[in-house]
Amino acid sequence: MTDTESLLVTPLDALHRELGGRMVPFAGYSMPVQYPAGIMAEHLHCRAQAGLFDVSHMGQAELVGEGAAAALEKLTPADVQALKPGRQRYGLLLNEAGGIVDDFMVANLGDRLFLVVNASRKHIDLPLIESVLPSGVKLRPLADRALIALQGPAVAALVPTDLTFMGIAQIEIAGIQVLASRSGYTGEDGLEISVHADQAEALARALLAMPGVMPTGLGARDSLRLEAGLCLYGNDLDETTSPVEAALTWSMGKRRRVAWDFVGADTVRDHLDNGVKRLRVGIRPEGRQPARGHTAIQQNGAVIGEITSGGFGPSVGAPVAMGYVARAAAADGTALDLMVRDKALPARIAAMPFHPHRYAR
Amino acid sequence: MTELKYSKDHEWVRLEGDVATIGITDHAQNALGDVVFVDLPEPGRVVTAGEAIAVVESVKAASDVYAPISGRITEVNSALVDDPALINTEPTGSGWFFKIEPDGPLPEDLMDADAYNAFVDTLG
Repeated sequence: MTDTESLLVTPLDALHRELGGRMVPFAGYSMPVQYPAGIMAEHLHCRAQAGLFDVSHMGQAELVGEGAAAALEKLTPADVQALKPGRQRYGLLLNEAGGIVDDFMVANLGDRLFLVVNASRKHIDLPLIESVLPSGVKLRPLADRALIALQGPAVAALVPTDLTFMGIAQIEIAGIQVLASRSGYTGEDGLEISVHADQAEALARALLAMPGVMPTGLGARDSLRLEAGLCLYGNDLDETTSPVEAALTWSMGKRRRVAWDFVGADTVRDHLDNGVKRLRVGIRPEGRQPARGHTAIQQNGAVIGEITSGGFGPSVGAPVAMGYVARAAAADGTALDLMVRDKALPARIAAMPFHPHRYAR
Repeated sequence: MTELKYSKDHEWVRLEGDVATIGITDHAQNALGDVVFVDLPEPGRVVTAGEAIAVVESVKAASDVYAPISGRITEVNSALVDDPALINTEPTGSGWFFKIEPDGPLPEDLMDADAYNAFVDTLG
């Protein structure tokens, strides 16, 4: 509402306004938090049919040159070198202390790597990556590309592709050349589509004209990813949190956990060998009252952790949350108290995802 | 139907006889979005104008609801506990929050509908 002049806009800004999007500042961009249908309807529609999300605020970049994968591996414990052409993977960028600088997606496009990083972190990630590159490897930010996510069970029939989960390829949609990956941030099957900014609006209009595709804002994106148990950088992950604490050990390659040749490896290795003091867990409050981020978690009157993301899960039909608790209290079913407005709200540790993933594996 | 009065905190007040019924405005419910939970005050509680006495939670955020007038809570709308979406669908009807027996005349700063709509327009 304030200082809108200083906000950046995406190539779909005019379309959002035409669709009645309620624009809010997010990571320096003016973004639609919802459209007239509202967060609840948009969320449920995405799980039932298909939602279209503008995620053009995210950072896209290419890494080109001999040794690009090995260079990136200095900063991440993901196995980038083993990634086959046409495949994408989730990874973490780490700092010297083994803390998470960002979470990101990396794809092997054959002659180059394609990276997608968080909007709020791209100004940190890209210089960091650049700082470790040998002379033959170049980082190219793709500022002239938009990113559109099309998510939901209807997507596979609306936009048929040969892609399997985490596959990526140059394809044509509605006559427009795009780079599409079968991935997303909702727990549903779907595509994430990188397109030239000049053609983004035409592509979005073509997708929205397909039966059952609803424009979906950041509000539903957040409730969908929370039900799917997926982390939001800045809420659930930060530079003081290790991959082991964040329960993201699965994102580290086996080879990488033998060689320990990435930044922060000493801490990560210590956390794996000797255990961690706190762990990221799922939490289900009893009743209907949501517990939001920064809510203190108590057990027998002592603070043992904090909620990092929390809200109401429209598909679960109940409040859901994730947060960090002391390792001794991290087992599923453990009873906790969430301190919401000075009152103890009973809750239990619960397995994630809260809503089952429906990826096309 | 008695004319509604409005507060700057986006509550409406309908005074009928000795009791004022209070809820949140259509503008407020629209700004909040889908309501999923409401925490209501205890009947019998004595409240002061401006005091936060209820909480309304939407999918995206929690907001306080203030007592627009001073007095005693006589009744709360228990239908909201099981069906908080009434606040979105009928904000000035079956989505009411609580009733207060005022301890004096209504405050002068409550607005009529025209003044409230003009106030909302200034919020951009």
